[in-house]
Amino acid sequence: MSVKVMIPTPLRPHAGGKAAAEFQAKTVAEALDHLTAQYVDLKRHLFTEEGALRSFVNVYVNGEDIRYLAQENTPTKDGDTINIIPSIAGGSVTRTATGNSLGKPLHS
Amino acid sequence: MTEPTTLSITTGLAERIRKHGAETYPHECCGALLGRDADSGGDRKGPREILDCLPLVNRREDSPNNRFSIAPMDVIEADRAAQARGMDLIGWYHSHPDHPAKPSEYDRNHAWPWFSYIIVSVRAGVPKEMTSWRLNDDRSEFSQETIEIYSKAVVQS
Repeated sequence: MSVKVMIPTPLRPHAGGKAAAEFQAKTVAEALDHLTAQYVDLKRHLFTEEGALRSFVNVYVNGEDIRYLAQENTPTKDGDTINIIPSIAGGSVTRTATGNSLGKPLHS
Repeated sequence: MTEPTTLSITTGLAERIRKHGAETYPHECCGALLGRDADSGGDRKGPREILDCLPLVNRREDSPNNRFSIAPMDVIEADRAAQARGMDLIGWYHSHPDHPAKPSEYDRNHAWPWFSYIIVSVRAGVPKEMTSWRLNDDRSEFSQETIEIYSKAVVQS
């Protein structure tokens, strides 16, 4: 048994075309470490250069957003499913008038 | 990405995207592009094609005139809608009110690889040029893709 990480469509070309990968992991961080060690090209799309999860990368454990759990320290156990769900963002100019909204995570 | 990619779309769908941009002006519109990719499988060859589009709510209530955001739940819904139609979720569109149809740094910083990003410029409420872009694998820049707009004959019974 292990933790299953579901890979979203836009990242599959960087993961050997796979839709899912399984790892032994005690936390979300461990699972994502394994994922990006196996598929190195995924790292720059999931994490900033400083190593933080990008704001438009949403991670769920068994359907729960890790932002409402223990973030990347959220524990995982055998049989858990981690979903990586994109949010999509953009805009016409580089900075907002107030300059305070860059990378702000959004929830529906 | 080394060679330019191509995205095909019917005049009707292109018009729907433009209209959406005009309707939400001076705010940005956004929506999902549903269709088939050249490497979606099977024997299909040729360009990525858009077969339907799905207008979505811009969740950026704080700055909707120069930002758009599509929440993860809306992304899941768009994916389900694509699958229900036997299609793939192949990209996204949004408008740039009173700005060129070119991706901003903000667009690039927030982009996913593989997806096609259509941008329509809307000037004083009137939709103008429409472009499409894909993020390079190293995230350094977008590559513009060719949009093929074609008419689809409608057979009336």
